[in-house]
Amino acid sequence: MLFKLSVKNMKKSIKDYAIYFLTLVLGVAIFYMFNSLDSQQAMLEVSESTRDLIELMINMLGVISVFIAIILGFLIVYANNFLINRRKKEFGIYMTLGMGRRQISKIILLETILVGFLSLIVGLFVGVFASQFMSILVAKLFEADMTEYTFVFSMNSCIKTCVYFAIMYLAVMIFNTLTISRYKLINLLTATKKNEKIRIKNPIVSVIILIIAVCILGYAYWKVTAGISNLNTIEKMLGPIIMGIIGTVLVFWSLSGFILKMIQSRKKTYLKGTNMFVLRQLNNKINTTVVSMSVICLMLFVTITVLSSSLSLKNTMSKDLEEMTPADLNLYKTANLPESYENYYTGETVYYTDEQKEDSRNPVSYSLEYNGYDMNLLQDIVEIPIYAIPEWTWEVSLGDYFDTAKAQFAMLTYHMPETIIKISDYNKIAALYGNEQYSLADDEYMVLCDFDSMVELRNGGLKSGTIIEINGKKYHPKYEECKSGYIMMSTSHTNTGIVLVPDNFEFKDEWKEQYFLAANYNGKTEDEKEKIEETIVGNSSEWSQNILNKGIEIEGFTKISIIEASKGLSTIIVFIAIYLGIIFLIASSAILALKQLTESSDNKQRYTILRKIGCDEKMNNQALFRQIAIFFMLPLILAVIHSIFGIQFGLSAMASLASSEELLPSIIATIIIIGGIYGLYFLATYLGSKNIIKEEE
Amino acid sequence: MMGYVLEVKNVDKYYGNKSNLTKAISGISFNVEYGEFVGIMGASGSGKTTLLNCISTIDRVTAGEILIDHQDVTKLKGNSLNKFRREKLGFIFQDFNLLDTLTAYENIALALTIQKVNANEIDKRVQEVAEKLEITDILQKYPYQISGGQKQRVASCRAIITNPKIVLADEPTGALDSKSARQLLEAFESLNQKLGATILMVTHDAFTASYADRIIFIKDGKIFNELIKGNDTRKQFFEKIIEVQTLLGGDLNDVI
Repeated sequence: MLFKLSVKNMKKSIKDYAIYFLTLVLGVAIFYMFNSLDSQQAMLEVSESTRDLIELMINMLGVISVFIAIILGFLIVYANNFLINRRKKEFGIYMTLGMGRRQISKIILLETILVGFLSLIVGLFVGVFASQFMSILVAKLFEADMTEYTFVFSMNSCIKTCVYFAIMYLAVMIFNTLTISRYKLINLLTATKKNEKIRIKNPIVSVIILIIAVCILGYAYWKVTAGISNLNTIEKMLGPIIMGIIGTVLVFWSLSGFILKMIQSRKKTYLKGTNMFVLRQLNNKINTTVVSMSVICLMLFVTITVLSSSLSLKNTMSKDLEEMTPADLNLYKTANLPESYENYYTGETVYYTDEQKEDSRNPVSYSLEYNGYDMNLLQDIVEIPIYAIPEWTWEVSLGDYFDTAKAQFAMLTYHMPETIIKISDYNKIAALYGNEQYSLADDEYMVLCDFDSMVELRNGGLKSGTIIEINGKKYHPKYEECKSGYIMMSTSHTNTGIVLVPDNFEFKDEWKEQYFLAANYNGKTEDEKEKIEETIVGNSSEWSQNILNKGIEIEGFTKISIIEASKGLSTIIVFIAIYLGIIFLIASSAILALKQLTESSDNKQRYTILRKIGCDEKMNNQALFRQIAIFFMLPLILAVIHSIFGIQFGLSAMASLASSEELLPSIIATIIIIGGIYGLYFLATYLGSKNIIKEEE
Repeated sequence: MMGYVLEVKNVDKYYGNKSNLTKAISGISFNVEYGEFVGIMGASGSGKTTLLNCISTIDRVTAGEILIDHQDVTKLKGNSLNKFRREKLGFIFQDFNLLDTLTAYENIALALTIQKVNANEIDKRVQEVAEKLEITDILQKYPYQISGGQKQRVASCRAIITNPKIVLADEPTGALDSKSARQLLEAFESLNQKLGATILMVTHDAFTASYADRIIFIKDGKIFNELIKGNDTRKQFFEKIIEVQTLLGGDLNDVI
């Protein structure tokens, strides 16, 4: 009996359920899609050399999914609450007929289960199909081979989605039961009669507030674009953010009054059709929705900015990468192995073999050749030794500046010896990389560093003219600041400091720390290079078997692996951004839609009056459409304006070189995503409201 | 003026289906002349509101014709029906039906804006009508700031500003105290006499009805009696109404 009633109720209020259902389905679909990423074909195709990063991404998405689930949980409870409120009277009637609270709770419980079950199935269905499309996006981002297409279904993700949503539905049920138990019959029956007090704002105050709001926003915009050079710490960035929030709230607080005043003074527009009515509706409602409008606007702003800047992130990272990987191969190994070392974990003393010790006294190329590597596969080989002098530590380099530095960065290991290279050795590498070459007089040294916070620190030491004394000879810094340069390739500027010394610097043999080799592959095409890469990285070749057996450790970077790793990194950011962005979008659209629907119940009376004084359905629907459209457009427009500046800020914060043309595709993609989801909610709201105002008294 | 502004000819209105038929109105016919102030009286359930709904095109008749300004409204459909209602009819409701978000001025002007009247003319006409009903000083106020009587006068302004052929008033004093009701009815009188507005008013209150020129009594969906004020004073007319009402209410057949 109760089940029948539940099903009938659902059928009856199917249009009320539309927004709720839409939110659930989208939530389930998105949740499934992002949690099924690991089993997507494109992921499998590409991931071999970047398995770790993919793993990292899956883990991060997992953590974020919990956060997403909480957001969705709140959203679902909110949406559900709207439905319950709509049906207060119905419950009141059940209660007058003698139904107990428990039975009503049971009805709602059944309904929640029914809707939940249905939305889970539909959502998973949508999710499974949408994730096939996402494969294409993944493939594009990873440049993976997608010639062999297979349909993918992730059981793991499916189970995870079901479990998470089951928990959310449980929360909804508990919430509903609590709500019902607090209801009083009289309130249920008279629920529809509550009227909102109308507050009218002084239009002049509105105008003044709006001007102030525009000034605040303008100043914040200026700060994040023209004045960006001053925004180098988090605290300084807080200023524009707070200004942006305050400005947004003030705009919504004053805008409707301002628009009303403006249009009222243009009688021709104001006294035309239902304009007057729509404007008054806006003015009336926006007063009570300032906070939610502001929140929605800011959420949309974050969504737009994050989506469009993250989608273009991939391009800009690749560009950086080209600059950071001028050679195909970097290899290095430890020089001068001692007799033994102590195992960090077990405390055992481990002795090196003679072969290991012998190898460590020779450069990298020796290890390659001696163990049977075909040196013809490489070209442009440059080999240099890297030194470390125990008494020349960071602390020594910083000199008088050490105390200041220590106060600022207490955690750094200042007793670490500096990495030291002879100037001519460095110039050989620089020549290969196409970087700037330097020269030093006999009593000079210089520092290369491109890691931002270290540059600041080291410049302090160099500026104070720290004199270094080694072997009784004194050296002074040639430049007052660090120069840019590096020897090891990486995904970004991470060189924390290399000291260059003159060629006649007398090194003791035991100061030799590492042997370093940089080279290019002797291949013309990408394919050839990848084959050579395999001979270095793979475990199957003769030399790699040899050094493995001997326990010789050679580490290194290759251009190909760096690029792949970075691609993984940027893709992680892009995916997480899209994931969060879409959820934010769903949340803000759903809140806006539900707010409008709630108000439509109040508006029903007004539209009935319009009908009575002679407005036909077409005019009524037009007025309703415009009213809802304005409510949906206002936060979006302000969010778009915010985003224009936000995206610029985001790009310059990422030090991106992306031009507006490169941004275009990602902006188009953002428009499609936002237009799609936002539009869907708009449509659902309009149809739902139309249905509500059409209802018989 | 030629002929009648409203001709109701043999109107039937049935509810329900064949097996369970309710005759709300059966075979009602009457006419209203231009510039007449007609009251329709009857107990609740007598069919007077159904009749008004049929005349106001909100409801459809089952049989018969209703001619307003020589046009058969029962034949109108869709947009032409809406247009007709907008342009030829004025409505006054028991619960005012003013939009709470709009000022009195805007409530009145809305009736004209939806007819796409020129903005300058709207202003002129609103001022004119407001003056006649003595509400000029409350035009900028919102409905929640004014009294019930004032609200109903604003609603009356809205009803007549479009120069309708006939104003249909459904229990206009129903929600008013006696003083406000008297003021409103005096306003109706002056609308009727000075502006020549034709008013058809449905009420069950004898005092309210006594302001009309002629009263049609309805009982069980049929015309039961008709009273014409003629040269009577309002007091005399009121007493006659009470007499008929007594007859209406206490039919001997009912008290067995």
